[in-house]
Amino acid sequence: MSIHSQIVTDMVNNNIEFITTVPCKQLGGVIEEAEKNPSIMHVPCNKEDEGMGLCAGAFMGGKRSAIIMQNTALGVTLNSLATLIQFYHIPLPMLISYRGELGEPVACQVEMALHTKALLNQMLIPTYHFHKREDAAELDKILKYTFMCNKPVAILTDATFWKGE
Amino acid sequence: MIRSDVLKSLIPVISDQFVVCNIGLPSQELHMLDDQPTNFYMLGTMGLSSSIGLGLALSQKQTIIAIDGDGSVLTNLGTLPTIGNNQADNYILLIIDNGSYGSTGDQPTYAGKKTSLTKVAEACGCDNVIECKAEDTAQVMKDAIASKKMTVIVCKCESGNIPVPNITMDQVVIRDRFMKALEAANA
Repeated sequence: MSIHSQIVTDMVNNNIEFITTVPCKQLGGVIEEAEKNPSIMHVPCNKEDEGMGLCAGAFMGGKRSAIIMQNTALGVTLNSLATLIQFYHIPLPMLISYRGELGEPVACQVEMALHTKALLNQMLIPTYHFHKREDAAELDKILKYTFMCNKPVAILTDATFWKGE
Repeated sequence: MIRSDVLKSLIPVISDQFVVCNIGLPSQELHMLDDQPTNFYMLGTMGLSSSIGLGLALSQKQTIIAIDGDGSVLTNLGTLPTIGNNQADNYILLIIDNGSYGSTGDQPTYAGKKTSLTKVAEACGCDNVIECKAEDTAQVMKDAIASKKMTVIVCKCESGNIPVPNITMDQVVIRDRFMKALEAANA
């Protein structure tokens, strides 16, 4: 099983039925798998804070939801995380492409990478970092934890993880 | 008519409907006029009322009415293409367009100047966009609910506010009673 379908299978096994995404090269395979999966409704969004609104609505409508995004967008979601997702106790797995880490070809991407964990820490968001391929074995537990505690939870996935090194 | 008059005229039509209401004065006004478990008061996240409403509509069967403002839609303009491209015939977006940022002191919005949100919504792919006068809103809403077609209503009204109390209900209670009412309706 490819890493992409492994991730989507874990999501489906945890009853995630609604996914919103913003395109990303690293997460492209997962987004494609989610789009193909008949038990997932995939609604692409134009901005990540909009996506968090969609996810909050889907959750209130009875469907567990998740967002797939890049870490560069973390800044635009801070208010939505604090005053919607955290304020109303809504569970939200955030599968995040961790641009700007080892193997990054674009210098500009490093700037937000430097702030990513600090921002997540400041927001008291439980954060997991997938660096080696075997780290993904924890995804099932991370999703269960998210829906147990009704909080946003960040899963950072870096370039080394995606290369499978 | 100002926004609170529009909301007052809507109560007989939307009281038993599932409503997501915009941040600030619109939520406070709705809460004062007709607090119901079927109302979800969005107390933060300006701009996301339409998105929360769409997520709700796409994930279950009951009709969802998202009440938004012109300033809030301008804040989250990306919502309109998402609505236009994800057909949910149980979704109604009501944009109360008073041409101003009411909750912050009636500063003018661009929707009150040259920008037409009706045309923007149409250009974004929304099929049923109805611009109406404030006094016609209740009837237009009634028709939209009966039509069972995704509808965007742009209600043109005057700018102005009335004094309203803050919402002191715990936000998790707001969310929980809304979800329970929705689950019961879908059962």
